[in-house]
Amino acid sequence: MTSFVLSLVSGVFIGGAAGYLGSLMLSRRMVLVAGPLGHLTLPGIALALLWGFDVSVGAFPFVILGVVLIWLLEMRTKLPMEALTALVFASGVAIAFLFLPVDQAETALIGDISMASFRDTLLTVAACLVIVFAVKWAYPKLVLANISEELAAAERIDARRYNLLYLFLIAMIVALGVKMVGGLLTAALVAIPPSAARNVGKNLKQYTLGATAIGTVSAAGGIVLFHLTGFPAGPLVILVSAAIFVLTLPLAS
Amino acid sequence: MVDDDETILQVADLKVTLEERLVLSDVSFTVTRGEVLTILGPNGAGKTVLLRALLGVLPYEGSIAWRKGTRIGYVPQRLPYIKNIPMSTEDFFALKTNAGPNVVEMLATVGLGREQAEKRVGDLSSGQFQRVLIAWALAGDPHVLLFDEPTTGVDVSGEETVYALLARLHRERNLTMLIVTHDLAVVHRLSSTVLCLNKQPVCHGPPLSTLTPENLQRLYGTEVKFYEHKHG
Repeated sequence: MTSFVLSLVSGVFIGGAAGYLGSLMLSRRMVLVAGPLGHLTLPGIALALLWGFDVSVGAFPFVILGVVLIWLLEMRTKLPMEALTALVFASGVAIAFLFLPVDQAETALIGDISMASFRDTLLTVAACLVIVFAVKWAYPKLVLANISEELAAAERIDARRYNLLYLFLIAMIVALGVKMVGGLLTAALVAIPPSAARNVGKNLKQYTLGATAIGTVSAAGGIVLFHLTGFPAGPLVILVSAAIFVLTLPLAS
Repeated sequence: MVDDDETILQVADLKVTLEERLVLSDVSFTVTRGEVLTILGPNGAGKTVLLRALLGVLPYEGSIAWRKGTRIGYVPQRLPYIKNIPMSTEDFFALKTNAGPNVVEMLATVGLGREQAEKRVGDLSSGQFQRVLIAWALAGDPHVLLFDEPTTGVDVSGEETVYALLARLHRERNLTMLIVTHDLAVVHRLSSTVLCLNKQPVCHGPPLSTLTPENLQRLYGTEVKFYEHKHG
């Protein structure tokens, strides 16, 4: 199987899963969290590039570490979450650049999906399916917990348990996303497709399907353009989704 | 655990501390089946905090015991995040675990037509939205309704009907209600008991004998007069 087909398959699954999960993150202005978390993956990506293993595998423990650190520091210091996120993610970037090989900095920052092997692709597809099914299962409860902790409590939903799952899924999509768009652009992967879908969706079904579809189409479009033009795939994926967003603007209400 | 037949909720020595600040202390009261308890107090008195503690979303000391199996419906003051994503009224009802009968029926209970079901929640007027919230809370067939400031954001003519609606719901379903308000009119028209709260209980009992000028002055810190207008 050619590397083009493998990267297309990986990209389509990552884009769709990111759009779907992003539709949930937009409900509580969480989409920007993916940005700092993406930066945090850089030391993990640097290690993966140095030792030649899948960047998502390197990225994942660093995102989890970052989430736990931010959570612990918030409990200890009561500082606003943004301040702690800035502290932790800037430190992540700084550490990465101590040992990231300069010639591979581009891969770490804006991704390189063309390196996907057959095994990596299988793993990516499986991880994306896990995310999609988990999000689908928890969607009503997570939307309710995102809208109001009190309504969720009255419905006897254990919001903390669902939030933990939510953070874990965000960590997973960030780790997968960096493969395609690198540590710098992950926020766009979860933010743009649901924002465009919100412009056109009249109800929850149209919105979630729209976000998933736009995520999928953007990834496919970006990777095809990369194949045709040779420009890096990550930025192209983001630009295709930004173009779709612009197209939906006249329909925004 | 509450185990006699009539008691729905028993609160004893409740104390809530938020960010090292004491927001509620020495709160004890009992709510029986069919009772309408209004929780009255000035802004910042800890009324909403009390509701949140009763729902179990805030840490507290003391005890809050609901009768086993009590289903609670909660009507929040506002839901700022709900407009972030496109959601129709029907979608909003679909988030409920046991939504019960169909959405159009539930909307009819609170005086809203079927055309509101497909409307985006963000496009409803504030009066319609509050009715949707009431219908949503009723959809799980609750035993108790917790109501946070029922008249917020509703215009004067709308206000009248929300009171009427609450009174009707109480009559038809023998609903137990806990209503948080700073509006004395709600207390007189609806409640069987009033709990005056200003970080700690100031007075507690039937409205007529409890809301004396002296108690109101203790509650609000200044002289408060209340004139009840009789209509019809």
